[in-house]
Amino acid sequence: MTDSKYFTTTKKGEIFELKTELNSEKKEKKREAVKKVIASMTVGKDVSALFPDVVNCMQTDNLELKKLVYLYLMNYAKSQPDLAIMAVNTFVKDCEDPNPLIRALAVRTMGCIRVDKITEYLCEPLRKCLKDEDPYVRNTPAVCVAKLYDINAALVEDQGFLEQLKDLLSDSNPMVVANAVAALTEINETSSRPLIEMNTQTVNKLLTALNECTEWGQVFILDSLANYEPKDEREAQNICERITPRLAHANAAVVLSTVKVLMKLIDILPRDSDFIAQLIKKLAPPMVTLLSAEPEIQYVALRNINLIVQKRPDILKQEMKVFFVKYNDPIYVKMEKLDIMIRLAHQANIAQVLSELKEYATEVDVDFVRKSVRAIGRCAIKVEQSAERCVSTLLDLIQTKVNYVVQEAVVVIKDIFRKYPNKYESIISTLCENLDTLDEPEARASMIWIIGEYAERIDNADELLESFVEGFHDENTQVQLQLLTSVVKLFLKRPADTQELVQRVLSLATQDSDNPDLRDRGYIYWRLLSADPAAAKDVVLAEKPLISEETDLLEPSLLDELVCHIGSLASVYHKPPSTFVEAAVPLRKTLPKSTVGGSEEPSLIGGTSMPSTQQTTVIPSQDSLIADLLSLDLTPHPSGGNSHQPYAQSAFSSGLDDLLGLGSDGLLGDSHGASGLGGTASPPSVGFGGGVQPMVGMAGAGALPFGAPTLPMGGMGGMGGMGGGDIGGIGGLGDIFGGITPAAGSGYAAPKQIWLEAARSKGTELQGTFLRRSGQIVMDMTFTNRAMQALSGFAIQFNSNSFGLAPAQPLQVRPLPPNQSADAALPCKTDGPVQKMEPLTNLQVRIHFYSHFRFMECRNSL
Amino acid sequence: MLNSLFILNTSGDVILEKHWKSVIHRSICDYFFDAQKRASSPEDVPPVISTPHHYLVSVYHNQVYFVAVTTLEAPPLMVIEFLHRVVDTFKEYFDECSDSSIKDNYVIVFELLDEMLDNGFPLATESNILQELIKPPNFFRNISNQVTGKTNVSETLPTGQLSNIPWRRAGVKYTNNESYFDVVEEIDAIIDKQGSTVFSEIQGYIDCCCKLSGMPDLTMTFMNPRLLDDVSFHPCVRFKRWENERLLSFVPPDGNFRLLSYHIGSQSMVAIPMYVRHSIVLKDGTGGKIDLTVGPKQSMGKILEDVIVEVPMPKSVQNCNLSASQGKYSFDPTTKVLTWDVGKIELGKPPTLRGSVSVNTTAGAGSVEQPTINVRFKINQLAVSGLKVNRLDMYGEKYKPFKGVKYLTKAGRFQIRT
Repeated sequence: MTDSKYFTTTKKGEIFELKTELNSEKKEKKREAVKKVIASMTVGKDVSALFPDVVNCMQTDNLELKKLVYLYLMNYAKSQPDLAIMAVNTFVKDCEDPNPLIRALAVRTMGCIRVDKITEYLCEPLRKCLKDEDPYVRNTPAVCVAKLYDINAALVEDQGFLEQLKDLLSDSNPMVVANAVAALTEINETSSRPLIEMNTQTVNKLLTALNECTEWGQVFILDSLANYEPKDEREAQNICERITPRLAHANAAVVLSTVKVLMKLIDILPRDSDFIAQLIKKLAPPMVTLLSAEPEIQYVALRNINLIVQKRPDILKQEMKVFFVKYNDPIYVKMEKLDIMIRLAHQANIAQVLSELKEYATEVDVDFVRKSVRAIGRCAIKVEQSAERCVSTLLDLIQTKVNYVVQEAVVVIKDIFRKYPNKYESIISTLCENLDTLDEPEARASMIWIIGEYAERIDNADELLESFVEGFHDENTQVQLQLLTSVVKLFLKRPADTQELVQRVLSLATQDSDNPDLRDRGYIYWRLLSADPAAAKDVVLAEKPLISEETDLLEPSLLDELVCHIGSLASVYHKPPSTFVEAAVPLRKTLPKSTVGGSEEPSLIGGTSMPSTQQTTVIPSQDSLIADLLSLDLTPHPSGGNSHQPYAQSAFSSGLDDLLGLGSDGLLGDSHGASGLGGTASPPSVGFGGGVQPMVGMAGAGALPFGAPTLPMGGMGGMGGMGGGDIGGIGGLGDIFGGITPAAGSGYAAPKQIWLEAARSKGTELQGTFLRRSGQIVMDMTFTNRAMQALSGFAIQFNSNSFGLAPAQPLQVRPLPPNQSADAALPCKTDGPVQKMEPLTNLQVRIHFYSHFRFMECRNSL
Repeated sequence: MLNSLFILNTSGDVILEKHWKSVIHRSICDYFFDAQKRASSPEDVPPVISTPHHYLVSVYHNQVYFVAVTTLEAPPLMVIEFLHRVVDTFKEYFDECSDSSIKDNYVIVFELLDEMLDNGFPLATESNILQELIKPPNFFRNISNQVTGKTNVSETLPTGQLSNIPWRRAGVKYTNNESYFDVVEEIDAIIDKQGSTVFSEIQGYIDCCCKLSGMPDLTMTFMNPRLLDDVSFHPCVRFKRWENERLLSFVPPDGNFRLLSYHIGSQSMVAIPMYVRHSIVLKDGTGGKIDLTVGPKQSMGKILEDVIVEVPMPKSVQNCNLSASQGKYSFDPTTKVLTWDVGKIELGKPPTLRGSVSVNTTAGAGSVEQPTINVRFKINQLAVSGLKVNRLDMYGEKYKPFKGVKYLTKAGRFQIRT
């Protein structure tokens, strides 16, 4: 007696058979027929041809039959809108039924039928149901309003349903309140303005409903509480007290939402108070409990714990052991646990952690083993006292001769060498024994780095490197680059017997390679070596900065934003929601600023104390930033013609939030930028080519210089938008483009700065600035020869930069006798390769002269 | 929250699809199948997968994947919890939640899903309420429905849904009023080579079966409630009274439910009731030797029962030739799992399993990785943490119910590294 019987067919054809049965007189037969139809529908068969026959069965007293027909309608109404209208009468009638179950069902189903004609008829019953005396019926339309909003937002607003929905927030029944919150939250996500006005009163209502509604309702309520910013500490503390019992809920989603609200509120409470200490004590056990749930829950919990541990390491510092990996954990849980173990590792528990990691490194799963080996390296770097132990553990692992373990170990040992130079060289011989087994580029490159770095202690370093040079062309770029550097290092350390080798490598890199990076690096070394071996030594063998302890920490502002999104998809992906959820309004959350002076988190200052922009500003993540820049570059000119104004504005409105965020962070922040603003803004009529309003003028100013007819407007129009978008932001930009005012002289031109000092460049001094002449950016430079002999053969080359700036014509400088200066103006265009620089205004320029080669950074000027 | 749900099986078929908003084509599942192909075992498919326009949140149960599709930012834990609730509901309705049980009950499954979720919001997930709305199928009801023309769908509003105790239906009547409480504790532990405990904790829970008429109000007290500091309650438990008086006061749902679960963490000492002495030597080519001995330890005078030792052998192991002093052993050459069903461990000579193993030569050089031993056991009438129910009182009803409490300790994820 199973439903598989519904799939048997007969000769005449299924549809025909069903049609006859649907029109049968017998109720029993009818119901079976509808069941058959539903069964076909669930497996994806198209039974829409039966629409009229099924709809005919709708008028029935039998609730099951009615439900089945409704299920059918929801699926197929869209494909048969004209026929669906037949059902409206029944719906309207059912909405008046004395049985609340049927009333609710009718409204619920109508909301699911996404056909405009039906939607029109929905309004009246919906309004009635919103005021129904039965709470079960009131419950349904709350969700129904959300459905309707999805189909036709304007209708919902016109009919005043939103107001009625808000009224439901004060309903006596907690279920109704919870559903209203859920519906409002969903509408909020798609609507442009916030709908729930959170005030003390609403919050109190929600808190009351919280205790009584279902677990799902609790999640919705807690999530909306997370958006509320309490007025003062007392209120925050009160909310905390009232929601902490939710931590003991059996539903993991409730627990995590509670954690989110608490994590957010903790920042408002005065630091170091007893209350916080207590709260933190209460937070740990529920999170540990989540780790004994199903693996899927564990995974989400672990991703979130990863955030929490970064934000407040003290919460879970005692709980290291629960993150120990069990051999039958799914791989995705294992990987996450490993991450957290490293974050929690400190001096007191490092021994335990290490012995665990060593255990993991002998497991079967390759990815997990690799990560474990890497983790050992990270422990060594993080906890100095353990470095020695870590190194010996790694050596043990290398002895296992398991190929991928050895490779991974070599990579991390390189990092350990960088962190603790001149400490563990004794193991180099062991590493060298395994040279032949390394076949992955990263491991090979690491090994080559080690050989180069410690060339003076490895007797046969030249032979080793030579063996790599043999197959130079077959190597990966990463390895080639490293090999080049290492051979140069070797040469500088032992010049006597390695000259031949270094020459071979340099010629391999410069002449036989197509890779520009490799070639350029080859040339740099070559010139450096031939010009001044002593300087080369200073450069190549310079002391390297130590690598930092924590390598993959999230940026503090991003972390703060993510903490506000604990339990959401954003927290699983560790990305701000705006970067990946479609249609989401860029409504950004950040931790509230503390109301108590002095107790502010230092990390918050960067994020929120910027005076200029809206309080929701946060530093955008780097990838999103560059993505936006690039996307702007590609935006086609909307009006095709010369109307920069609409374009600039559209560029602005097309979501320059990220850029604005940048403006407030990177550029506006420095006072120098502000003075730049003064410089550009004071003579508006000239400076902006007759711009009328400041806003538009700015936009125009940004756009005009690049408006030279030959240039595609896209990229720089974007810049214009950037400048025009935020008056405050112009200060910084003034330095870049605002500074480039017409040569009329009244405009602002930044004074020349020294870009290249004579002492650093064998006697050539270079001063320069950027300015704008007749609508073109010009790089104005003064070369001064302070050397003893004449200089000639100047040439210039720009590295990829944030603005796509590139020389429009070759550099023309006359040969320069000693102690003389020459001015040169280099017109620039902006359609060169774009690459984001850090900071954004960094521009690297190479200047050749007299066959010497210089690499300079024009950072300040931009 | 949820846009659509697809139920898939491990061989890549879509068993069922249900959409709560506009229809999302089933080709979205291809992303899931890709992830499944990359995973080495069915459990290893990541639970959250992002695709260009949607997010797939999935749970895996008994060769079946439940894949929820969402477009907007939704709390993934809520989706996962909900999917687990769907699995539990199916289990309750069809005894098991599997490919075939879903296929056999398409229509009920579809009706259930429609009741459980409205527009992507969870609606009725309490089994008490669902069972009132849609009667679970059973043989007798099917027969009587055939005769009387009644259906499995209730025509009246479930009473509990909007009351202050939504988990209990009203008007419950039993001739025999009885309530049973099972205090179950699972020991999760990792024991290292030398036999010392790396990590151990107790996952405990109290499962109840209440068949009580009317609206009984129960109060349960413990001898040593201080043990319970990390607890999760069924919504029926009054949290205030627990906080203040350390007792459980609740109106129970009808039937089976989990009253509370608790966790006794790694900081407190957990008694490990058994030991495994092992010597597993596996070498390429030359074969290997296995010598296992199991015996009780700190078992508080109770007997270990249903002891099963599982050793997932490395891939290169071909066959095992062993002899067990007690119980039976088997080796599955496809999954490479050696299972030794020891049974009850009596006092006296501890059971052993000894013999040789043949190892394939082809698999690389050097030694073979050491397997981890997985042990299962049960100890009746013991809660290893020492938790004891003191008394259970009933208020609100006149009759005298039968009350029973049972204790059980068993191995959870009890692993011994070799």
